[in-house]
Amino acid sequence: MPESMLEPVSPLMGAISEGALTVRDAGPTGMIALRGDLSDPAFTGPVEALAGVPVPGVWQASGSDTRALLWMSPDELLLLMPYGEPRSAAPRLQAELDGQGVFALVQDVSDMRVRLKIEGSQMREALARLTPADVSPAAFRAGSLRRTRIAQAAAAIYVLSEERAEVFCFRSVADYAFRLLSGAARNAPDFEYF
Amino acid sequence: MSTRLAKGGRFLDRSRKIRFTFDGVAMSAYPGDTLASALIANDHLLVGRSFKYHRPRGVVASGAEEPNALVGLGRGPRFEPNQRATTTELFDGLTAESQNRWPSLEQDVGAVNAALARFLPAGFYYKTFLWPRAFWKHLYEPFIRRAAGLGKAPHPESRDSDSYEHFHAHVDVLVVGGGVAGLLAAKVAAESGAQVLLIEQTAHWGGRAPVDGGTIDGTTPEAWIETTLEELDALPNLRRVARCMGAAVQDHGYVLGYERLTDHAPGTIGPRHRLWRIRAKQIVAATGAIERPLSFAGNDVPGVMLASAMRDYVVNYGVTPGQKVVLVTNNDDGYRTALVLHDAGVEVVRVLDARPMGGGKLMERVRELGIRVDPGRAIAKVSGGKRVRTVHSCLADGMGNVLEDIPCDAVAMAGGWSPVVHLWSHCGGRLRWDEAGAFFRPDVSRAPTGADGLPMVVPAGSANGELTLRNALDDAVKAGKNAALKVGCEVGEIVAPRGETEPEAALMPLWIVPAKATPDLRMKAFLDYQNDVKVSDLQLAAREGYESVEHAKRYTTLGMATDQGKLSNINGLAVLSDALSEAIPQVGTTTFRPPYTPISFGAITGEARGELFQPLRRTPMDAWHDANGAVWEPVGQWRRPYCYRRPGETTEMAVNREILATRRSLGLLDASTLGKIVVKGPDAGKFLDMLYTNMMSTLPIGKCRYGLMCSENGFLIDDGVVVRLAEDTWLCHTTTGGAERIHAHMEDWLQCEWVDWRVYTANVTEQYAQVAVVGPEARRLLEKLGGMDVSKEALPFMTFAEGTLGGFPARVYRISFSGELSFEVGVPAHLGRAFWGKLLELGAEWDVTPYGTEALHVMRAEKGFIMIGDETDGTVIPQDLNLGWAISKKKDDFLGKRAQERVHMADPKRWKLVGLETPDGGVLPSGALALAPGRNANGQRNTQGRVTSSYFSPTLGRGIAMALVLDGPRRMGEELTFTTDDYDAADEAKTTLKATIVDPVFYDPEGARNDA
Repeated sequence: MPESMLEPVSPLMGAISEGALTVRDAGPTGMIALRGDLSDPAFTGPVEALAGVPVPGVWQASGSDTRALLWMSPDELLLLMPYGEPRSAAPRLQAELDGQGVFALVQDVSDMRVRLKIEGSQMREALARLTPADVSPAAFRAGSLRRTRIAQAAAAIYVLSEERAEVFCFRSVADYAFRLLSGAARNAPDFEYF
Repeated sequence: MSTRLAKGGRFLDRSRKIRFTFDGVAMSAYPGDTLASALIANDHLLVGRSFKYHRPRGVVASGAEEPNALVGLGRGPRFEPNQRATTTELFDGLTAESQNRWPSLEQDVGAVNAALARFLPAGFYYKTFLWPRAFWKHLYEPFIRRAAGLGKAPHPESRDSDSYEHFHAHVDVLVVGGGVAGLLAAKVAAESGAQVLLIEQTAHWGGRAPVDGGTIDGTTPEAWIETTLEELDALPNLRRVARCMGAAVQDHGYVLGYERLTDHAPGTIGPRHRLWRIRAKQIVAATGAIERPLSFAGNDVPGVMLASAMRDYVVNYGVTPGQKVVLVTNNDDGYRTALVLHDAGVEVVRVLDARPMGGGKLMERVRELGIRVDPGRAIAKVSGGKRVRTVHSCLADGMGNVLEDIPCDAVAMAGGWSPVVHLWSHCGGRLRWDEAGAFFRPDVSRAPTGADGLPMVVPAGSANGELTLRNALDDAVKAGKNAALKVGCEVGEIVAPRGETEPEAALMPLWIVPAKATPDLRMKAFLDYQNDVKVSDLQLAAREGYESVEHAKRYTTLGMATDQGKLSNINGLAVLSDALSEAIPQVGTTTFRPPYTPISFGAITGEARGELFQPLRRTPMDAWHDANGAVWEPVGQWRRPYCYRRPGETTEMAVNREILATRRSLGLLDASTLGKIVVKGPDAGKFLDMLYTNMMSTLPIGKCRYGLMCSENGFLIDDGVVVRLAEDTWLCHTTTGGAERIHAHMEDWLQCEWVDWRVYTANVTEQYAQVAVVGPEARRLLEKLGGMDVSKEALPFMTFAEGTLGGFPARVYRISFSGELSFEVGVPAHLGRAFWGKLLELGAEWDVTPYGTEALHVMRAEKGFIMIGDETDGTVIPQDLNLGWAISKKKDDFLGKRAQERVHMADPKRWKLVGLETPDGGVLPSGALALAPGRNANGQRNTQGRVTSSYFSPTLGRGIAMALVLDGPRRMGEELTFTTDDYDAADEAKTTLKATIVDPVFYDPEGARNDA
């Protein structure tokens, strides 16, 4: 069977939960984990060239729905792109950096996480039930990203607008994360805090 | 009798009635009542029996401090024990039952304990039940558990039908307490620009001020509260939440708030409780004060009540606990109750004021109403069983000789006030003794500190020991400003509203009533109502040498009940310090611990119940396993198939079938859960040489090597196959449970110790679905998939190759944990389920058999391979397992090297790994001990080994086991005696098994099968 015929299957298989908070599996997304010196142009240059967006600041993300760079830690970024691209793009970038003598780790992690899109007027309240991160509009504006947890699972949360965000969790807990988020606004849909 | 008054009750809606039941008896009350006020309205003062002596008890307080009126609420899945009637808002249809009584509240058999009170002194449990030991378990404990207890636990099979949630809030200033001080402090902080959250435990704002009277800026407290609430609600940066108790102040400004949303209105949509998890930069503790009881004989007879509670009931709920009331007081504030009662038409038959000269202006007002006040008098004793009948008065500083019998049906006691310092104290705030008020108050020079080392809690109002209205309001403004300044706001000039109340004469501390009470009176004077601790108990504890307040507390159980001694604390300390002839501040207080009052398990649990109890980690093939008979086994948070049961099979049969099919032909294992960590960088080789006991830097590219990892203490913590991917890149496989732990271990060393080593790691465990293809036909299956050369020549044992298999991008490792010809294949996780399906489809011709973790375990044991967690338990070093070959002698250092050179680690007497065979092929119990002659110093049988793994081997048709045994490898062929699960030293013949020491490699010791 040629590889092009293989259908990547996300653990949630495109599940959607509608309600005060809509939760949707974004489906397979290309992801590259990048570790390196975020202040070194020799590292960020080739990364930005591949990503097509600038390296974001601390607790930020930059880019669009299809291509984005997420700040993951003081020496780690996550590059989002269409599924399938990293298989060749990641080794190419690693080779380029290695060739320049830049100390960095480039790893295709497209299958490692689930990407959930959440949307609704209760988005912040729903998140505040699950994460200890400050999700108030003042602290967590559009473009912000936090690596934190939702209940008992590690998560990265990326705010896109007042009513939309993305939540990244490890693949194995996709079902748990989906149920958590789907239930987070179901109980008290009228509770407005933010 | 206790009754509803014709007028009054500012919380009531008298336009309609609601119904409830208590112990099955139907009663009615008004919306706005609490269960306590409703019971009082229905002349039902007796609400429970006490913990130890089963004495009849009535409502004594009106709020969170109530020790007596604990009831069981609700039915079935909504049943909850130990709920305070005073904080239970009544609703139509409420059902409550009394506790700790049998057969009924009125006729209680356990009350015989009261007759035995003389024989149940402090420390009684410790003293009586020391001997004989066996009696404790079989006689005393069951008796005590039945007799001494409060509510019943809900039925173990019932499930709470309500929902609960957590909510994380981050604010500048959290104000706890919605009394006038809290409202004012919140207003000041918010008007200065701070983000403010204000929480109040009751349903009402304004606290005690409307009951206690006085004026604020010339208006009534009620009018001021109303105006202030309007002002607060106009502020966009302030939110107030009622029915939300400040439960706990913890490190770094983390506060728990306990909101009860629907307790008063069951059936309402939404969560029942919300646990607020608040991170506040500053916390204002405006938690008020609690009145103290007086310690006279019979102070627990139903009808004896805190004076402040009595006026709360009259003003707020329009009920009175009696028609003829005696007030006993040591201060002026108590007179306010006399005034309120008189105003409501309740007769105050006498005021007994312990102070020789009586009080000040408030006393004068009471006298002007024609109420008789006896200065220098107190209560010798209250008579009455289930209801106050007579007060016997005496000299306040005497021994209790009765001067007069005063018929009455209720007693109000006013012993002075204690600030609620709990929240201040939770996180280390210290207290100082206030001589004039006779209470502990926050010592603001020793505040609890936050992450920055600066004070994080600001006390305000009466919680700060400012008990007069004027001082409380002044203090609240100061607190609000203080908090606002600390969070970086600019604070302007703010004039405090002017509070005015009658001036008060000084309080006279009176800790035992009367001061020289005789022993029989002290034995009936209760300090801690809920745990039945009396004045005499504290005095006995002091005589027996319990000088530390913490010891005396535990010995007597003072303050250890569910109310945590809110009423008893100061009185108990004072009695103890008197008995020790020390000043109260020298004796000190016990520790205030969260929560302030008990909070529900549901609130703590939040969403973590049912399917969300814990994250359940699933592999990409999880759904297939589930649909194909998987018997699940938890491994860390993963679930893995233990085996796959076919119709008609037992678990044991399935395991044996899987093993035989794999050894005969072809098996598949979902190995996706194994940890996979990429380690890359110029110093990666050096790094791995430090982490593993063997050499990884010399591993050629394309090769695999089995490695051991030890902690710096030398103990084996993980194992797995390490793969050299590229010149500066390795892939480390870990155990399933070890992936996160070992990744964190690596980062710990890189980030904290070897900070200049240039190494990056990435935990890519979940990027791959990994399948072990195992058995004589394994290579044929991969060849049938096609795409890669997996021949013996191209892919020898302990090598790997990358390519495609059947179109799947794959990394193929030629490794074996079963002794069979075996490949582990990693594919992208999103393709894992499809790959698994392809293997099943193409493997059908060889009867491909998925196998679970138990078959994996048995097959590795047949080969003598160790398993982390079976052969290791945190005390085992590689040398114990004869793995010395995997410990490099060439390396200068690795984690654990030095530890393993210590005397104990190098001791030749350490137990070592061997195999065991039973003479009849039977299976030894896991964990069985090998007996050795003689007994140790504790009289226990000596041992010389233990079984670490034991299985039935279907391959060999008999039991096999691995064990750690003294001198084991040198004792091949020797027979040992092992304990069985029901081992009995008196009957060893029947409760032991024999087994012979053999080589731990039971199957194919030459390795011919793997070499196929």
